[in-house]
Amino acid sequence: MNFPYSLWSKLILLAALLAFPALDMPFYAELVAKTLLFGLFAMSLGLLVGYTGLASLGHAAYFGIATYVVALMTPGYEAASFWLTFPAAVLISAASALVVGLFVLRTKGIYFIMVTLAFAQMAFYLFHDTALGGGSDGIYLNARPDATLFGSKLIDLDKPLHLYYLIVLVLVLGYLFLQRILQSPFGRVLAGIKSNEHRMRSMGYPTFRYKLAAFTIAGGIAGAAGYLYAVLFGFITPELLSWHHSADVLLMVILGGMGSLGGAFAGAVAFIAMQEIFSSFTKHWQLVMGVVIVVVVLFLPGGLVAIPRRARAAFFGGASDE
Amino acid sequence: MDFYSFLIQVLNSIQYGLLLFLVASGLTLVFGIMGIINLAHGAFYMVGAYLAFGLTSLTGSFVLSILLGIPLMLVIGALLEWALFSFLYERDHLEQVLLTYGLILIFEELRSLIAGDDVHGVAAPGWLSASIPLGDTMSYPVYRLVISGACILLAAGLFFLIQKTRLGMLIRAGSHDRDMVQSLGFNINLIYRTVFALGVALAAFAGMLAAPVSSVFPGMGGQVLIVSFVIVVIGGIGSVWGALFAALLVGFADTFGKVFVPDFSGVIVYVLMAAVLLWRPEGIFSKK
Repeated sequence: MNFPYSLWSKLILLAALLAFPALDMPFYAELVAKTLLFGLFAMSLGLLVGYTGLASLGHAAYFGIATYVVALMTPGYEAASFWLTFPAAVLISAASALVVGLFVLRTKGIYFIMVTLAFAQMAFYLFHDTALGGGSDGIYLNARPDATLFGSKLIDLDKPLHLYYLIVLVLVLGYLFLQRILQSPFGRVLAGIKSNEHRMRSMGYPTFRYKLAAFTIAGGIAGAAGYLYAVLFGFITPELLSWHHSADVLLMVILGGMGSLGGAFAGAVAFIAMQEIFSSFTKHWQLVMGVVIVVVVLFLPGGLVAIPRRARAAFFGGASDE
Repeated sequence: MDFYSFLIQVLNSIQYGLLLFLVASGLTLVFGIMGIINLAHGAFYMVGAYLAFGLTSLTGSFVLSILLGIPLMLVIGALLEWALFSFLYERDHLEQVLLTYGLILIFEELRSLIAGDDVHGVAAPGWLSASIPLGDTMSYPVYRLVISGACILLAAGLFFLIQKTRLGMLIRAGSHDRDMVQSLGFNINLIYRTVFALGVALAAFAGMLAAPVSSVFPGMGGQVLIVSFVIVVIGGIGSVWGALFAALLVGFADTFGKVFVPDFSGVIVYVLMAAVLLWRPEGIFSKK
């Protein structure tokens, strides 16, 4: 077969992910699962930041809202249905993004950054100060959702292996969905909005609606990632909606390099790897993280995905923008 | 609610609002003039509060800690501008967000390394610790009135500096056309450095003033930063008048929200912002 290089690398990555549980390392399997769902989360923000030019600093809100949806739909020790809770979590996250989008998309540039942050903070306080979701103490998800389908218990989310493959599946579907959107006329319009919104509007595109649609989709996919997070870890706190969490996911996107889904994913992998490595040797790992961030911004514009290109340019000379 | 408790809440609102103004004015100036979004601005507030805590324990005098702390923060501000922020002027807002977020992590961890993660109280100077009796049972601390007074003086000074002095004229000119000011023979880099250092010192001063009232604790910077963002959004970016008006509005909304709807007090400020966004997306005092 004659697949292009990038497709080969993705298939190899997928094969590695599918084969990973065979190594039988439960701790690392959970870490990989966590990385994957953050990769999905980062890709959803990548749709906004990288492709539409909307730098949201409040994206954790939709991730967090989905975690609360599954927790609140599972009040006792009785498992709720996966087939009910998963669509509900995604839809409610998307609906929240739709409502917030109506406000925040009226603003641009730096305002947009601040306003998305402020709305996420509003959601944070809603869960933090009221008794709705256990307040500042957070809430436990006592029973993982039940994925019984037509009476058959083919998928059992209480088994780590099943959950792992579910996360891989959702990631792949999410990736394909985003990829499909970006290659559609809709995605082209988003790209047009990013490079020149005025021109798109004067060509007759209702740019506000396109941006709102992108914002809603990104919120829904972030919700899917949040749902998986809640099911994987079973413990939910308002911190998941906090602006530090929003900043983290924005970091992943920028770290990886904007303008490609793979970049956002790579950024998530790099971020979580750094987090794990730094925190293993110091309690003050955020200090190291902060220094890394500052250095990346000052010396590595374009993010991690630009490294091979820059290295090639450095070795072979010639234009670095090849 | 009787008259005296109402009066106390009004005074608290004004004091909180004015304190927020000191932080937000620096944020709005740095953005309006230099085009930089600075997430680390709240960290300067936090550093100011911890400086007040540390220097008060060292020197034994709160006033002395402020007198030492402000020049120190001016120097730190100028150094940061020289070492980091001066590279950000031509960059994308996203990169500014990223770098300044990195700075927050650095400042917070340094704070944790140096001062620990505990909550500390800072004593207001003895001669300011009196209270003015209100009615039979209530009283109002003099120190809070002093905060409001200091903020009003500083706000007046800031307006004078920007509107009436030669430096202020250059600052305003620089916000319109950086290259033109430079080609007229003024050192624009020096002007920017001054503005930035001033913003840092204002935020730190607010933190120092707040320390005896709110005590010093981890995360205090982030809290103030986000409220300051709301103020800048409501007031309009770059408008110092707008920041003053919005800061007082937020002060009142937050203080009275805590009294009437304690469960939703955290949300009220953001609802206010949402309302302003619907009405005037560019902020109340924007010139556009």
